[in-house]
Amino acid sequence: MSESHIFMQHEAIMDLVDDMARSLRQRLRERGIERPAVVGIHTGGAWIAERLHRQLESPDPLGLLDISFYRDDFTRIGVNPQVRPSRIDFDLEDRDIVLVDDVIQSGRTIRAAMNELFDFGRPSTITLACLIERSGRQLPIQPDVVGLRLPLPDDEHIRLTGPEPLTLLRTGRG
Amino acid sequence: MASKTPHDIQLGPDGQLRHFLTIEGLSRDLLTRILDIAESFAALPGRPVKKVPALRGRIITNLFFENSTRTRTTFELAAKRLSADVLNFNVSTSATSKGETLLDTLRNIEAMHSEMFVVRHSQSGAAHFIARHAAPGVSVINAGDGRHAHPTQAMLDMFTIRKHKGDFTPLRVAIVGDVLHSRVARSQILALNTLGVTEVRVVGPRTLIPTEARALGVHVHHDLESGLRDVDVIIMLRLQKERMAGALLPSEEEYFRLYGLTNERLAVAKPDAIVMHPGPMNRGVEMDSEVADGPRSVILQQVSYGIAVRMAVMSMCMQTHAGGGETA
Amino acid sequence: MNISILNGHLIDPASGIDQPMDVHIHGQQIVGLGRPPEGFEAHHTLDAGGLVICPGLVDISASLREPGPSAKGTLETETRAAARGGITTLVCTPDTDPVIDTPAVAELIQRTARKLRRARVLVTGALTQGLDGQQLSNMAALQTAGCVALGNARAPLGNTLVERRALEYAATFGMTVILRPEDPHLRAGGCAHEGAVATRLGLPGIPSAAETVAVARDLALAEHTGARIHFHALSTAGAARQLREAQAARLPVSADVAAHQLHLTEMDIGDFDANCHVSPPLRTLADREALRRAVADGTIAAICSDHQPHESDAKEAPFPETAPGISGLETLLALTLRLVDEGVLSLSEAIARVTCGPAGLLDLPYGRIQVGGPADLCLFDPEAHWTLDSAALLSEGHNSPLDGWEFRGEVVHTLFNGRLVYSRDRNPDDS
Repeated sequence: MSESHIFMQHEAIMDLVDDMARSLRQRLRERGIERPAVVGIHTGGAWIAERLHRQLESPDPLGLLDISFYRDDFTRIGVNPQVRPSRIDFDLEDRDIVLVDDVIQSGRTIRAAMNELFDFGRPSTITLACLIERSGRQLPIQPDVVGLRLPLPDDEHIRLTGPEPLTLLRTGRG
Repeated sequence: MASKTPHDIQLGPDGQLRHFLTIEGLSRDLLTRILDIAESFAALPGRPVKKVPALRGRIITNLFFENSTRTRTTFELAAKRLSADVLNFNVSTSATSKGETLLDTLRNIEAMHSEMFVVRHSQSGAAHFIARHAAPGVSVINAGDGRHAHPTQAMLDMFTIRKHKGDFTPLRVAIVGDVLHSRVARSQILALNTLGVTEVRVVGPRTLIPTEARALGVHVHHDLESGLRDVDVIIMLRLQKERMAGALLPSEEEYFRLYGLTNERLAVAKPDAIVMHPGPMNRGVEMDSEVADGPRSVILQQVSYGIAVRMAVMSMCMQTHAGGGETA
Repeated sequence: MNISILNGHLIDPASGIDQPMDVHIHGQQIVGLGRPPEGFEAHHTLDAGGLVICPGLVDISASLREPGPSAKGTLETETRAAARGGITTLVCTPDTDPVIDTPAVAELIQRTARKLRRARVLVTGALTQGLDGQQLSNMAALQTAGCVALGNARAPLGNTLVERRALEYAATFGMTVILRPEDPHLRAGGCAHEGAVATRLGLPGIPSAAETVAVARDLALAEHTGARIHFHALSTAGAARQLREAQAARLPVSADVAAHQLHLTEMDIGDFDANCHVSPPLRTLADREALRRAVADGTIAAICSDHQPHESDAKEAPFPETAPGISGLETLLALTLRLVDEGVLSLSEAIARVTCGPAGLLDLPYGRIQVGGPADLCLFDPEAHWTLDSAALLSEGHNSPLDGWEFRGEVVHTLFNGRLVYSRDRNPDDS
């Protein structure tokens, strides 16, 4: 049986987020982006996005994506019972988007999220920020900003619980 | 003796929705989940691209044995917003009377690899019949069968009520008019009771209320004013013109005088009561235009919510067949 | 040929015999009960140890479908089913195609059945031509052609005047009129009892009043015309009460009930089970209990199969569009014996309701065991447990809602006119 143990606790995670905010600001400056809009992926990505949104002092409301209906395995695993409406209360046409998720592994979630974003409009750029970048990519998608890089065997998982306090749990063969 | 387990046919082995034929036998949790999922679709019309790719490449067939452009269109739109391909079959009764049975029709369409049938039929029990005979892996959604059930219409009404009232438990709801012939009313009553409202009332003359209405879990009123007193939600049912010919009613005028909804009558309901109608409405028969177009009326919202609710039900049924496991 | 049936327990309600007793048969007749007659030598013996020997059953109402669509059944298939059900006398309803409204059809059916030699098939003539409810049939000619009664099958009579005339005319010849009491206007296209289940499922309802209104009308006309009437397939508590009152007032009126009405109720429709689509419809538990009481006290003297075999397509449609009826020949005895297990009837009373009871209503000399009478016998094992597999019914119609029911009491042998027409454990046509 697999069991979970705490990998990282709230304070340490907040430090990672602060690091992410710093590199994100630098990255945006380099690309000449002055007014980014932040969009988080439901649910863990949204918690991180909320904090980055505050630190970047973006005037636009935080966007939220629930990608349930965009998953490429939808008909295999079906509707997530906790599905929530996606909300993007600004016009993202020609905007510079910071897309935030908690953990990137296969890259499929990000692909689904980008597909959904384009159904709201055509953004000018998308910058991808992830709290944890772990191994196991199946698609050619890489984050621009990362809190922590973590090589993990395929049968181990890492997952963010929250929103208050945030905790990273690591699950593997017990 | 073989035990009968009615309504099981709707659910998969793990309790998930397999067919959507009637509200009967479905749990409060499941109905709430339908409403929650519909909530996520209700936001779609605000986007430039109003569809999601969930059912891309899947085929959904509208199998209508009874004409209803309005209902068919909302199902078609719901299917298309899920990116499914849609086949429309309007099977006139004359075609089936040429010797092709309902089952023949079903087999022919199954051969086109359709994975979901949206069925409308003039006979009660038709959707159950088709679900029992459908190939494994094919879902059936009841879009109205005879006087039996119209569960998606009922769920969109529940969605509308929740939007306006939040919690179902304190609500008193009055359903007014031709309950006897109404599949919508039957499904609404089941849904309201499952969702735990305080009271469901049906209001109408004895000719339009089933003799055993109490068995449905409702209070029966024959006087509109007593039926509307202190209710939070008023649902007006459509009155078919042919009821006059069937000696069920003397005239539209008398019906309106006794059971038509006017602002004056609305005053006995709660001050924030909402007025609903599954449509299409006969103005001046079921209600005054003043009420239909007034601030309490939520009739137009019902229509737009209908698509979201049907998307929810379709996406929930379609998944159940696939089986399969979780991926990270 | 001489046959002796040994070691069985004989129950003949007509004579009151209920004890171990041997039966001796010569040719088509019973020639001895108990001791064989002087000089009798059996060529065959049948060991009936552990079995009940009772008169061959008399089914007062069965639709046998010939002439008519053979997909629903033929005299060949349905008499085979009857033999398996222990039934040796069948009263065929006039709703054949063409209907039994001419001597030719009546004679054709009897002739065909005589050739098959598997059961005695008696015919009911149509009360009106083509069962159209308008024009009286040639009743005297039908009587001469062997019709034992006249009936309207399920067709409504056009109006009360036609009914009055029909009853008067039938009374002229002393013929019993079998009426299925139902007011067509109150039925109004219904397909299930107007009650809680029809309300829940949205099925068009048939109110109990559709039957009680018709019974009241028919009783009034019977009293007025002096006709002898028999109600077929009562389904409501109200009709049972009306019948009891009429009998108390010494009106010459009787009734039967379909075996399934004594067991099933509207609840059995469940999720639109088309095999529970019957006419009259399955009613409430209270109706069922009232019918059981009427059967117990003899108000209703006959239990019938109300056999309505159908091809599978007839039941493969949405409930209201399916054909009503149950294939009932092979479950008549089992459902009747079940009433014994459920404490409604004694074994002897139960047997009476499917033998001398129905025979007496039509003054038929069958349904009894007597020396000199026809050797029509049903031998059943009262302790045998069996499960109904509707797919295995011998009737052409496999439409039974009782599929999977477990029964106690199974037919082992059926003899008709001294001939073994069914044996549970071997092919009867070998004999």
